[in-house]
Amino acid sequence: MGLNIAAQISSFLAALVLLSAFGMLVQKRINGLINLFAWQGLFLSINTALVGYFAGKHHLYISSLLTLSLKVVLLPYILHVLVDRLKIRKEVESVVNIPTTMLIGIALVIFSYHLMAPVRELSTLITRSTLAIALATVMIGLLMMITRKHAVTQIIGFLALENGLFFAATSATYGMPLVVELGVALDVLIAAFIFGIFFFHINTAFDSLDVEQMARLKEED
Amino acid sequence: MKPELVIIEFLQVAALLGLAPAFAGWVKMLKCWSQGRTSPGLLQPYRDLAKLLSKDVVLAENASWIFRFTPYLVFGTAVLAGGIIPILSIDLPLAPTADVIVIVALFAIARFFTALAGMDIGTAFGGMGSSREMMIASLAEPAMLMAIFTVSLANRSTSLSQIVQVIYSGQSVIRPSLAFAFLAFVLIALAETGRIPVDNPATHLELTMVHEAMILEYSGRHLALVEWAGMMKLFLFVALGIASFAPWGIAARGSFSALPGALVYMALKLGLVGTVIVLVETGLAKMRLFRLPEFLGAAFLLSTLGMLSYFILD
Repeated sequence: MGLNIAAQISSFLAALVLLSAFGMLVQKRINGLINLFAWQGLFLSINTALVGYFAGKHHLYISSLLTLSLKVVLLPYILHVLVDRLKIRKEVESVVNIPTTMLIGIALVIFSYHLMAPVRELSTLITRSTLAIALATVMIGLLMMITRKHAVTQIIGFLALENGLFFAATSATYGMPLVVELGVALDVLIAAFIFGIFFFHINTAFDSLDVEQMARLKEED
Repeated sequence: MKPELVIIEFLQVAALLGLAPAFAGWVKMLKCWSQGRTSPGLLQPYRDLAKLLSKDVVLAENASWIFRFTPYLVFGTAVLAGGIIPILSIDLPLAPTADVIVIVALFAIARFFTALAGMDIGTAFGGMGSSREMMIASLAEPAMLMAIFTVSLANRSTSLSQIVQVIYSGQSVIRPSLAFAFLAFVLIALAETGRIPVDNPATHLELTMVHEAMILEYSGRHLALVEWAGMMKLFLFVALGIASFAPWGIAARGSFSALPGALVYMALKLGLVGTVIVLVETGLAKMRLFRLPEFLGAAFLLSTLGMLSYFILD
């Protein structure tokens, strides 16, 4: 009974993670995007702690706390500061218009459901049904990186993709070993700093963070 | 069929006819208070209707039968829907005749004829209102059906009475799919009943009105019927939402002893929903017309996610 309720709450949180992923996909304002990313991290962190409690895997508490401090507090803070410093006020432009992106996103969810259906039959974990959602989150993060032109949004897409991977690890095998998770967390943190430095350089070189400007780097012939 | 059930059916329709203006008045009253104005009171819609019913009808020379027929059709479909949706009791003689998809179709018929009537006279405003209304409808209806399919799948029936029964008998389960469907339903209900942020029911401003533009040429008892049907539509959408997501309080058996309780629950829920509507309307501004596809696209996304998460998670 307890496990059943745990599975229900876990799938509810999975649905919220998916919803925030879609929210990021359609959000136009960059500050709203960062806030949605923070929300996604929060749902993920609660889910991880919950799975850790019901599955008796106590190292998941540590990954949950890591997620909370990194992806809910620190990274959104860094991104907000970056956006402020770089004075990005414009709405985010995307290559494909928003409703089309949304439909592609829905297609991706269906695709990952089909891909994960056999795995779901094999698995016995309480989190098995959230696996498809995790894969869909990864794919939506990828889609976001492809459809957005702005460097900062592409980074948020990358971080959302990482969220999806973390979620997949939790739902497929009750999380990766702690050493691996610590390493990944450190990587993401370092990556965020390096991205920040890159943003400043791109901004000074091109006067814009629109990555299409980089086409100017090509040699003319 | 027991005569008791028929009487209950009639009582429910009477409650719909009698209470829909009061609900509209309640929303208006709260809105006035929230904006620091003096409200005309709960009974103002009744006075408006009485005034309109006693006035003569002014018809344009080139009005066809569609124009004269539409108010009765719109009113009739609303009353019929009120006989099917479980508002007070789920044991309704009319309930087996139509399921929730038919109810969506009933609203669609009413909307279709209103749009035709808007164009019938040939004034610019009517045509503009009709075109806008059909744009909203074409976007809202797929989302509406998707939300309804999700609810029907989760409760294994498309009949509203059956849905309520399944919810009554079922163990409490947290279903993400129903949460998504509910959110989508709220967005669609705002669009379908013409509330802010989609349409402003209180305005006759040329640039923004949608529903008001279509019915601009109506007068007298025709206008009274259309307005009354509009109030009933708001009431019915709230009742539809209550029946499919939170039916607790609706009488499970067709007996007179259960009706007062059901009436009290209904009044409480309506009062609450009215407050929420006013909070939404006070907090939001009306959207530009060309941002509506995004708003209704979000509703479609939510209802589709609800349907998908039914298959993936439930």
